[in-house]
Amino acid sequence: MDATQTIAKTRTLLRARGIGKTVKSGAEDLVILRDISLDVSAGEAVAIVGASGSGKSTLLAILAGLDTPTAGTVELDGADLFALDEDARAVLRGRAIGFVFQSFQLLPALTALENVMLPLELAGRGDAEREARAMLARVGLAARLGHYPKHLSGGEQQRVALARAFVVRPKLLLADEPTGSLDTESGATVIELLFELNRGYGTTLVMVTHDEALASRCARIVRLAAGRIVG
Amino acid sequence: MILRQAWRMLARDWRAGELGVLAAALAVAVASVTSVAFFADRVSRALVRDAHQLLGADLVLVSDHPWSPAIAEEIPRRGLAAARAMSFVSMVFAGESSHLAGVKAVSENYPLRGRLRIAPAPGAPDAPAEGGPRRGTVWIEERLVSALDAPVGSRLRLGEATFEVAAVLTLEPERGANFFNIAPRLFMHIEDVASTGLIRTGSRVWYTLYAAGPRAQVDAFEAWARQRLERGQRVDNLESGRPEVRAAIERAERFLGLTALLAAILAGVAISLATRRFVERHLDGCAVMRCLGATQRRLLALYGTEFVLLGAIAAAVGCLAGVAAQGAIAAALAEMLRAELPPPAALPAVQGFLVGLVLLLGFALPPLVQLKNVPALRVMRREAGRPKGGALAVYGAGLAALAGLLFWQAGDAKLGAIVVLGFGAAVAAFTAIAWALLRLLASGAVARRVAALAAMRSGPAASALRYGLANLRRHARANAAQVASLALGLTVLLLLTFTRNDLVDAWRRSAPPDAPNRFVIGVQPDQLEAVKRHFAEHGIGAPEFYPMVRGRLVAVNGRPVSESDFEGERARRLVEREFNLSYVERLPSHNAIAAGRWFAPSSPGHPRELSVEEGIAKTLGWQLGDELTFRVGADAFSARITSLRRLRWDSMKVNFFVIAPPALLAEFPASHIAAFRIEPGGEKALDALVARFPNVTVVDVAAAVRQAQAVVDQVIVAVQVVFLFALGAGLLVLYSALAATEDERRREAALMRVCGASRAQVTGIQRVEFLAMGLLAGLLATGGAAAIGQLLARRVFELDLPPSPWLLVAGPLAGLALLAFNAWISARKVLAAAPAATLRDSV
Repeated sequence: MDATQTIAKTRTLLRARGIGKTVKSGAEDLVILRDISLDVSAGEAVAIVGASGSGKSTLLAILAGLDTPTAGTVELDGADLFALDEDARAVLRGRAIGFVFQSFQLLPALTALENVMLPLELAGRGDAEREARAMLARVGLAARLGHYPKHLSGGEQQRVALARAFVVRPKLLLADEPTGSLDTESGATVIELLFELNRGYGTTLVMVTHDEALASRCARIVRLAAGRIVG
Repeated sequence: MILRQAWRMLARDWRAGELGVLAAALAVAVASVTSVAFFADRVSRALVRDAHQLLGADLVLVSDHPWSPAIAEEIPRRGLAAARAMSFVSMVFAGESSHLAGVKAVSENYPLRGRLRIAPAPGAPDAPAEGGPRRGTVWIEERLVSALDAPVGSRLRLGEATFEVAAVLTLEPERGANFFNIAPRLFMHIEDVASTGLIRTGSRVWYTLYAAGPRAQVDAFEAWARQRLERGQRVDNLESGRPEVRAAIERAERFLGLTALLAAILAGVAISLATRRFVERHLDGCAVMRCLGATQRRLLALYGTEFVLLGAIAAAVGCLAGVAAQGAIAAALAEMLRAELPPPAALPAVQGFLVGLVLLLGFALPPLVQLKNVPALRVMRREAGRPKGGALAVYGAGLAALAGLLFWQAGDAKLGAIVVLGFGAAVAAFTAIAWALLRLLASGAVARRVAALAAMRSGPAASALRYGLANLRRHARANAAQVASLALGLTVLLLLTFTRNDLVDAWRRSAPPDAPNRFVIGVQPDQLEAVKRHFAEHGIGAPEFYPMVRGRLVAVNGRPVSESDFEGERARRLVEREFNLSYVERLPSHNAIAAGRWFAPSSPGHPRELSVEEGIAKTLGWQLGDELTFRVGADAFSARITSLRRLRWDSMKVNFFVIAPPALLAEFPASHIAAFRIEPGGEKALDALVARFPNVTVVDVAAAVRQAQAVVDQVIVAVQVVFLFALGAGLLVLYSALAATEDERRREAALMRVCGASRAQVTGIQRVEFLAMGLLAGLLATGGAAAIGQLLARRVFELDLPPSPWLLVAGPLAGLALLAFNAWISARKVLAAAPAATLRDSV
């Protein structure tokens, strides 16, 4: 390990301070998250685990700037997410964050290739197609470029989603139950691929899961219960 | 860059079948607007030219003294065709008989437009003539043949010269509706006039110059000539010529304009429905794109550009279809238009294109804008970011855009306002009624009663009824919107099938095949009973005789009038001539009161009231309450206008501009006039009539009737072509209304099957829901079609039209059948897919 790598490792990419989230439920306030602080260093892999309703998905949404907290701040790569407006956050997401969802979230009208091209096209990249083809080959779908999501298996759809997430070389990959919709076997394939790509590109990973085995593959595990970090 | 990406998105969405209905709706709207614009442009230009045939030229200059050579020679100098005529009244002699004739002496190439028609003998088949009579010969009208007993081949004397009768004149196109005023016609060659010695100083002679040629040159010459008109000279226009033909053409243009408008609005609704569906299906995609870094502006720009690109392409396709359709219309009208049509101009295509873009922006943009507001959070929580916004707001924007376009085009503001406002009201009313009825149907007492009924009988039917009604209530809002859309589509289809037929029939009836084809004029009061008996004896029937008093207008509201008080040429000519005044107790059946009230029945004394035709009142600037003074012979009378009448000029019945109560005019000398029909072969009875009452004249208007009928028949064919577009737009609305909730229904059905519902239960529930909605939509559409049909018939087309009883049956049935069919299709689709697949797709 040389000096530059050490410096990169210790730099904090994502910093959350005092995150709280309260929603109105009827007449009462429902507290989903309270006072959560979390630092994730560049290149680190963190799993957020917890039971259903523990608030882990809400935390992920707030870390991604998809949802707004009622208290606290999130800094991504030095930028205060919630000091930006929604459009500026979108631009930041496009530049720095990749997403993998439980429900894949591929666009049904687009082929596998087009789905992967989409973030590059949105960023105005001229080499979208070449990059997307290469990335799909990397996830083993070189033969499925022209297929629509509905003609792909769940595992294949999630691999397309992985390709789409990594094709922009994000600094941070946020994964929300990435194997939640998959059977054991294709889930395992997708996870292998995810960690392989993560290592290959030196991406920082924050993954929400309730699967302890999966969580244990991450360097650090953050446990949530009733909206608090418990370990 | 936006453009390139939008283009790619367009290609992808198109491939995925997301844009088909949108594009079709747009193309249909543009095609219908374009084809009608082409029709209005090309065909009305041709009709104007056709009408010029009725003038005998493109331009007619009339003078009461000879034209100066400067003007006469200017016509050929400008490269225009020129013809001349002189008209005067003279006695004609044949052996012992003599008769007053309206002589028209024409140059060889008269008429420049249209043809005179002649026959070898009275009643024999006629044929178009080449030019006018040769020198030394004359053509005379049938009534002159019988009055003088001068058949073809005989000779007659005019002034100091004698002429051979070479043919019987059957049609003189130039002669308009004012045949009462003119003695029977005699045509001769203009070079023969001098030999008669009839024209002396002080003779009452009209000198006419005719010009024809390319439009621009004719217009230029007209402008030049108008500046040089002297007193007693005028340029003739069409308007006064043939009111019955104009009425048919104007009505045709309204039919066409209305149909195109309807197609455009319907297409707007289809566009709006299809866009909503597009938006719902793209919400997830937009959330993902937001997640992947697209800003709101970016999304809006992308989708906006995609739609504008789509609009441009679809509008171009629509323009091409419009060009093709107007070709078909032109072919259908070929016989009526005879000569070649003016080439299509570019303007209608531009108009069509603009209409397409306005429709797209008006109806598609409001729902589309919602896409940009989708929160990125929706990728994690599906319930986030459902689109909001009522149908009313969306239609409102579209209709406002359309209304703006209409007023900008300044076509027919009244028609446009009726349609746009009526449409908006219909949407609001349909939605409100559907919502209220759905709530009522599925709620409170009704639901409990149904539930009780269902509980008594178990089995799939009962539970289907219960769940189906519950669904109706649960989705009352969405279902109301769907019912309203369906009702709209159905309304138009019903309008186009039933009401259209009724309208067309009523229109045909206005110039029916048994319309009068002869007028008898000049019957004196003491001859009236004898003439009526003659009619009865010869089986001609009992036509209604109207008394006719001729009077000159001398004052309005006590102020003397003269020609120079009036601006328009038509007004001047009307004032200059004697009016044919009539008096009747009751309003003639083919007249309708447009303003004021008809004479009070048999008022005592001398009720000083007049009923005036609304068109002439407008031309001459008369209002209700104005006092008119007419001079009849040496006497004069004054009376106030107490009603304005609307006439059916195309009825070919006897019409009067001014009618008085009998008590006012009965003392003045009058003759009587009647219109009647005589079948071919029955002319002998007329000869006998004229022989017995030599002062009575029979005028043949068969040719004019045929002409009016041919115009109506052929214009109806053209109208049908445009109806097809509106029909297509109506079907698109139905399709998109049904498709609107398909995704959600599929998801629900899949969920129910997962929960253990049998196929029969799922289908049953959908069937109950659909049939209730179908019945409701059908009922609403029936009411809508009946109401709109009445409104159109009365206000726009000025026809009396009782609603068809079939409509009342067919409307609800059509609604039921449509939704039953849809339930069947939908059930097949829903049940064909495994529930898991449906649910996975929709996650």
